[in-house]
Amino acid sequence: MNGPNLQLDEKGRLRHFLTTEGLNYQVVTDILDAAESFAGVTEQSVKKVPLLRGKTIANLFFEASTRTRTTFELAAKRLSADVLNINIDASSTVKGETLLDTLRNLEAMHCDMFVVRHASSGAAHFIARHAQPHISVINAGDGRHAHPTQAMLDMFTIRRRKGPDFGALCVAIVGDIMHSRVARSQIHALNLLNTGEVRVIAPRTLIPADAESLGVHVFHDLSQGIRGVDVIIMLRLQRERMQGALLPSEHEYFHLFGLTRERLARAKPDVIVMHPGPINRGVEIDSKVADGPHSVILQQVTHGISVRMAVMSLAIRSQTTLNE
Amino acid sequence: MTTDSVQPLIHAMAEKIRRELQHRDLTNPAMVGIHTGGVWIAKRLHELLQIEAPLGTLDISFYRDDFTRIGMNPQVRPSELAFSLDDRHIILIDDVLHTGRTVRAAMNELFDYGRPASIMLAVLVERSGRELPIEASVVGRKIDLGSGEHVKLTGPDPLALHILRIT
Repeated sequence: MNGPNLQLDEKGRLRHFLTTEGLNYQVVTDILDAAESFAGVTEQSVKKVPLLRGKTIANLFFEASTRTRTTFELAAKRLSADVLNINIDASSTVKGETLLDTLRNLEAMHCDMFVVRHASSGAAHFIARHAQPHISVINAGDGRHAHPTQAMLDMFTIRRRKGPDFGALCVAIVGDIMHSRVARSQIHALNLLNTGEVRVIAPRTLIPADAESLGVHVFHDLSQGIRGVDVIIMLRLQRERMQGALLPSEHEYFHLFGLTRERLARAKPDVIVMHPGPINRGVEIDSKVADGPHSVILQQVTHGISVRMAVMSLAIRSQTTLNE
Repeated sequence: MTTDSVQPLIHAMAEKIRRELQHRDLTNPAMVGIHTGGVWIAKRLHELLQIEAPLGTLDISFYRDDFTRIGMNPQVRPSELAFSLDDRHIILIDDVLHTGRTVRAAMNELFDYGRPASIMLAVLVERSGRELPIEASVVGRKIDLGSGEHVKLTGPDPLALHILRIT
């Protein structure tokens, strides 16, 4: 895997968006500011701005996803770009050669940007490294590695609800940290924004041994870990990535790590509860919490569109200045 | 020019707008200023003319025709139009009318919010250099500038017009 600097141009501006790791405060803040600007577009009667008119964006989804693909598609359309949705059979093993062939074909169709979701870690980096220089690549989730736009929409949701001073916040990420590209990207983004405290809460089997090296506090007890927190980010229990006996049962998991109203009462009174979706009701979160007054889960979906509009227009910017 | 001469220009603009509205028989208009200078002037005009609808503001960054050349500034202020534009008479305010491209972008954006009954353009300064068939109905002051000369409004308090020569 290539270094994260692949995603910045020589002036430090966004060129690809592959991971939140190795970015800087300015780039992250630019994305959040731009997303704030785009949030207003939704209030227009014509929910569209002509910014990316004449650009072609290809959504390359090698792995199933509804929410992410839909919000990327909507974001591109609200920027007036033309969108190609290409779902590549997830069950077939995609070898490097095939991937490059796909790439060359799309380049021949004069695409300007690739949005890539792939089950293998590093797939988006691979494409960014091999694509022609005028093409920007956005990572929409690669294996266990990164899901940077999800992390940024979570940061945007937190900033909108809690204000811009992340230093005053305690954020807890709960659940399957081990298999979660979302958690990894969130932790890097929270660190870049100088968050006061970041906690990860999970059973020992679902937390990487080196978690503390990321600058987080590790808890194995939910009731203890969420005491006094401002933000709780629940992760989905990823049944499809679960191999071997990491958990006794889903029922047991809910009993120990499910977010219920009783447990939520230990957090700050104005705590917000987030979840990247899709939710496993009754596994990691109780319906009364998911649909309750602290939940901002559906706002996250709405914010996903503004954040993806921001990332797309910023990356295209660097691409246009590249031609000068 | 100094601050002192901007204030009378705005008062004169208000008077001209009032007459123009009367002449065209337009009632219940709404006012929209273009960021940043246009909003400063619109705030004062909105007050002088006692317009009922809240002042609208536009940031035309997303509608610029040179985006692919200069790229995006992440800090775009949100446009605020807290009234329905449909069938409304709009008074559009900007500080300087130069090429006409800003006004074109502003009109495109306005139409994404609704279908106004009419749009009237009022500017503090009209200078030479039009590149599009766009003219203002109300002009505070006409300035003939040579090539290499620019006019700039600073503000919001105090408002001051400057003529700069870039050599």
